[in-house]
Amino acid sequence: MKCSIRHVGAWLVPALLALPLQAHAQTPPNVLVVGQIAEPKSLDPAQVTAVNDFRIVMNLYDGLVRYRDGTLDVEPALATEWDISDDGTVYTFTLRDDVTFHDGSTFDAEAVVFNFERMLDEEHPYHDTGPFPLAFFFSAVDDVEATGEYEVQFTLNEPYAPFLSNLAYPTGLIVSPAAVQEHGDEFGRHPSGTGPFKFEEWISNSRVVASRNDDYWDGPPPLEAVVFRPITDANTRVAEMLAGGIDLMVEVPPDNVAMFAEDPMFEVYEQAGPHLWFLILNLREGPFADKRMRQAINYAIDKRTLVEDVLQGTAEVAAGPTPPAFSWAHNEQLEPYPYNPERARELINEAGFEGAELMFYVTEGGSGMLDPIPMGTAIQADLNAVGLNVEIETYEWNTFLGEVNPGLEGKADMAQMAWMTNDPDTLPFLALRTDAMPDQGGFNSGYYSNPEVDKLLEQARRSTDQDERAALYKEMQTIVHEDAPWAFIANWKQNAVATANIESFRLQPSFFLLLHDVAKP
Amino acid sequence: MYRYILRRLLLTIPVLLGLTVIVFLIMSLIPGDPALAILGSYATPENLARLRAELGLDLPLPQQYLVWLGNILQGDFGRSYTLNRPVLDEVLERFSATLILAGTSLAICVVLGVVAGIVSAVRQYGWADRIITLLVLIGISVPAFWLGMLMILLFAVELRWFPVSGMYAIYGGGDLPDLLRHLILPATALAVVAAGVIARLTRSNMLEVLRQDYIRTARAKGLDERRVVFGHAFKVALVNLIPVIGVQAGFVIGGAVYIETVFQWPGIGRMLVNAISTRDILLVQGGVLVVAASYVLFNLCADLLQHWLDPRIKA
Repeated sequence: MKCSIRHVGAWLVPALLALPLQAHAQTPPNVLVVGQIAEPKSLDPAQVTAVNDFRIVMNLYDGLVRYRDGTLDVEPALATEWDISDDGTVYTFTLRDDVTFHDGSTFDAEAVVFNFERMLDEEHPYHDTGPFPLAFFFSAVDDVEATGEYEVQFTLNEPYAPFLSNLAYPTGLIVSPAAVQEHGDEFGRHPSGTGPFKFEEWISNSRVVASRNDDYWDGPPPLEAVVFRPITDANTRVAEMLAGGIDLMVEVPPDNVAMFAEDPMFEVYEQAGPHLWFLILNLREGPFADKRMRQAINYAIDKRTLVEDVLQGTAEVAAGPTPPAFSWAHNEQLEPYPYNPERARELINEAGFEGAELMFYVTEGGSGMLDPIPMGTAIQADLNAVGLNVEIETYEWNTFLGEVNPGLEGKADMAQMAWMTNDPDTLPFLALRTDAMPDQGGFNSGYYSNPEVDKLLEQARRSTDQDERAALYKEMQTIVHEDAPWAFIANWKQNAVATANIESFRLQPSFFLLLHDVAKP
Repeated sequence: MYRYILRRLLLTIPVLLGLTVIVFLIMSLIPGDPALAILGSYATPENLARLRAELGLDLPLPQQYLVWLGNILQGDFGRSYTLNRPVLDEVLERFSATLILAGTSLAICVVLGVVAGIVSAVRQYGWADRIITLLVLIGISVPAFWLGMLMILLFAVELRWFPVSGMYAIYGGGDLPDLLRHLILPATALAVVAAGVIARLTRSNMLEVLRQDYIRTARAKGLDERRVVFGHAFKVALVNLIPVIGVQAGFVIGGAVYIETVFQWPGIGRMLVNAISTRDILLVQGGVLVVAASYVLFNLCADLLQHWLDPRIKA
């Protein structure tokens, strides 16, 4: 009795010390553990909107078409070939006849019809398995029809050039109709597709596991399985990488990239994507109604310092509205506005806005916004240096969107914004046209209007010839660069870190995470 | 006694009801809604209107609340907009993870705090008291999430004794030793502040009791010091500690929000943070209800325990 506490201690201390000696498991051989930034919302590709969820679904499903490795060009996937009518409104796809879904049901034209009708037709018996927030990607589709067992025909209500590219997007991935019928609105947690990996289990807030599809039509993947782990805290994600708890992590904080790059145990990957970080300028009122002021802003901001110091090399300086990742549509002749405070001051004096007061909306974070507050304050300092008085108001992301998307009139002179798209059409069509003003359901929150740009964009959307579209987009970029409705700041480079033994991994300009070829010997 | 318990339990109903009204109003007052959060930069007015209608967000506010309340009374907590899964499944799963973490943490902080407080009181102004007072001061001052990160760096990344994050190993885990390995770091980090508070209060309560006449009497009749301290003094000091521990239990559950984020513990704190930022109002309501109900129950238990220890205190 006398020494009972000591007795307990004598047992407890070695017991506690013994626990850690059962060294915790490293990741098993031939299984890739991926550190994700959040829990997926759903594994139904028609329902997801976040890049984080795309990273999983792209490995479970296929679309009719896909992006060629390392590009944003479309190539065959579940469709072997397609034919586009001369007026650009009828697309006829020939499908592979050797594909089955993971649940054993057959992939055929009826399955494709089921997928698109489920999403687009409110009368469809399985439309209530939604909502399908990105269904408008296919709002041009008037009718989908199986014209043969392995032939399917889409009729569009008007020519819509981004259609093929949208089919390669996660919203266009094909799910198993049998699985939707079986699981109803629980399908998002019991996914079944045709992809290189088969869904195994989803333990909420812990992991999603997918195993190799040995019957994959494009050859079985080398990996036996992939485990996606949601780790929302960036520091914790880095710690897991260092401790060996994960093999691959995406969205490495800029502060840690150099540390991983110097360590031979790790490999750092980078890839510029179809992303643009810019400032929307309010053209309807105030100083930015004057083109000289808009150009002055573009000259006054030291973009090089922003990407190299604030973003620590995780982005590149943007030249215009179309990111270079759209290699075929990007106008290489355009140079970014150089950092030239002298020229900025001249333009401000000419326009007579010396010492103007500007209201600048800044967000605290948000999809694709990188490091918005430090970037906002650096921009504020650059503009103060050329004699403009910038006042910053910061908003939480959802609030920010609620303020900015309805338009800046009466509220602010400039606002931060970032877009990540899959086709060069999307951003300018939704955010730079006269018919895309906020009150008409568009994102032209700064009220830019140039009939020439409108015409080029409408024409590019109607064309089905890529070279013709490219020429139109390039001309549009030249005009927009000169008109400067936005301050063009940065194109984000996505990054990832993997342990050195991971083979054949590369990041894609689409920002999808494709693991079909990855090996971990 | 049973009538008292029943009355206390019945009283929680208006408290919880009022709470859900407040949460509902606050969630409607902050800008943005689930449709905006889901659509993100694709939130055109047209897309928003369509998605709002699909989610039932186009109904007037009071009607939305009444629909929710009616469903709750039938045991249906609704479906999370963002997780696409029944709210009740998610909340119960998450809450049990939090209870494991907070319960362990509370046990650690009570044991550490009480032992440190007693030692410190018995050896007042001695070296043990000084060291403990210093440690307690540090413990109370250090932010738990920062301590958690340092513990990860030392014990998980450098020494590799414990896993960095999560509740179970990804493979082959799932048993009790696996859970304990994952539990030690977050539970300790979470316990430090509360342990400091408990140690301070134990010390002052013990000092007060040790000065009482009956303690002097006990010593005078020749009882050994161990029996004086544990048998006579601590029992009395404990009565005053119980409500403090009850409050610390609430504090530990609140503090779990940070610790769950740092250690990726799949608990309810982290769930609530995510649910608020994605405006997932049904999930927030479900989570807040469960946390509030548990808080009320903890306090009831503490009151009953105090009454049992000292029947003079009216329960």
